[in-house]
Amino acid sequence: MWKWLHPYAKPEITYHFTGKILPWFSYLATILLSIGIVWALLFAPADYQQGDSFRIFYLHVPAASLSMGIYVGMATAALCSLVWQLKLADASAAAMAPVGATFTLIALITGAAWGKPMWGTWWIWDARLTSELILLFLYLGVIALHNAFEDKTLAGKAAAILTLVGVINIPIIKYSVEWWNTLHQGATVSKLGKPSMTMDMFWPFVFCFLGFALLVATIICIRFRTEILARNSMRPWVRELVEKVEG
Amino acid sequence: MNNNNSITTINQEKIKNNLSYRAAFMLILKRDITIAFRHRDDIINPLLFFVIVVTLFPLGIGPESSTLSRIAPGIIWVAALLSTLLSLDRLFKSDHDDGSLEQMLLSPHPVFILVLAKIVAHWLLTGLPLIFIAPLLAVLLHLNENSYGALMLTLLLGTPILSLIGAIGVALTVGIKKGGVLLSLLVLPLYIPVLIFATSAIDTAAMNLPFSGQLAIIAALFFGSLTLAPFAVSAALKVSTN
Repeated sequence: MWKWLHPYAKPEITYHFTGKILPWFSYLATILLSIGIVWALLFAPADYQQGDSFRIFYLHVPAASLSMGIYVGMATAALCSLVWQLKLADASAAAMAPVGATFTLIALITGAAWGKPMWGTWWIWDARLTSELILLFLYLGVIALHNAFEDKTLAGKAAAILTLVGVINIPIIKYSVEWWNTLHQGATVSKLGKPSMTMDMFWPFVFCFLGFALLVATIICIRFRTEILARNSMRPWVRELVEKVEG
Repeated sequence: MNNNNSITTINQEKIKNNLSYRAAFMLILKRDITIAFRHRDDIINPLLFFVIVVTLFPLGIGPESSTLSRIAPGIIWVAALLSTLLSLDRLFKSDHDDGSLEQMLLSPHPVFILVLAKIVAHWLLTGLPLIFIAPLLAVLLHLNENSYGALMLTLLLGTPILSLIGAIGVALTVGIKKGGVLLSLLVLPLYIPVLIFATSAIDTAAMNLPFSGQLAIIAALFFGSLTLAPFAVSAALKVSTN
């Protein structure tokens, strides 16, 4: 596997490789999201208790699980950059942090909008909401640390350490609804094989979730490519690229 | 400054003579405490800050004893977090500025031991005085009589966690100019679990219920951070001193 992987440690090759897979991500994301959102918002049946307001579920749940997923991805990249000193892992962690922060924010805002009609309040200090808020703070801390250093390699290492320290929060968010008896409802989707919702509600969710996941992949890919270019701006291959574009 | 340097040189000479881990630990601990006692302001100012922050709340909220006793645990703990945050800077800053930190990192002893000694010194100088003052402030805030034991126990187990986790933040930001605000942004989110379980333990104790569950979680946090935080700190120091 290492033989197959090692060429991608070179920024130039990774740059071109991500350029090739980027259109796949973006087209698939567009197709899946347009099917999923139309299906979810117009054709999926309304919930017997929550009526039509449950439809925000199709945005809220993907955003929330992706906010955690991106953090795990970032932590994996951070570990790789600390252990194997991969510079590209640093770049990818830097590319992921703002995307993750945005999705955490989306999850919090849609959650508040959903909480108002259902619980009668925008915000409640329950375990899952609080831990998701901490996740947002962790993301912001990582971004701030990235920006605080002039030297990108130092920034990457420092942020990597902070990211790994913050990983402790992920299982807390994930299991908060099981460990504490909270207002936030339990898991509906992730019960493997037997989601506690009907199939005509579940299938649009699959489309939405995969669509948002691919959207995240697209955005991260674009940010990763810019990050590679910014970090290698003095290299000949980047200059060649620039010359080709300019004329 | 002079004292500081001479201590460092003594330090180096002794390290050459192959100190045991325990001796190295004690040496750093003594050194840090000696330096701190020569700048007493550093010990007293965070304490004063703690007292003043706590006094602000009754003035801002109003003197009804029922309200105050309800929010007392939260106030004391938040003030403790903030005053720890204020004193964290001292942990590595001056050593980083005069270069002795680099010497310590270069020494043949595991950085884990040295870092742990510095953190223990920090806790002895800031966490421990805070525990002595806290009951007095609790009296001012009309804390429920049943809660004093819980308050002391949570502070005793919780303030070391604050020093340990805070050390990671300081180690990450020590090389940055104006790292102070950044430090609070990095460290405060990580303090939240301690705050939640400590105040919940005190509240439970006020209702005369057993609070051993929360205490066990704080103890788990303490031992977890005691074993893992020094590794993160030494990694971060190596990044910061480059």
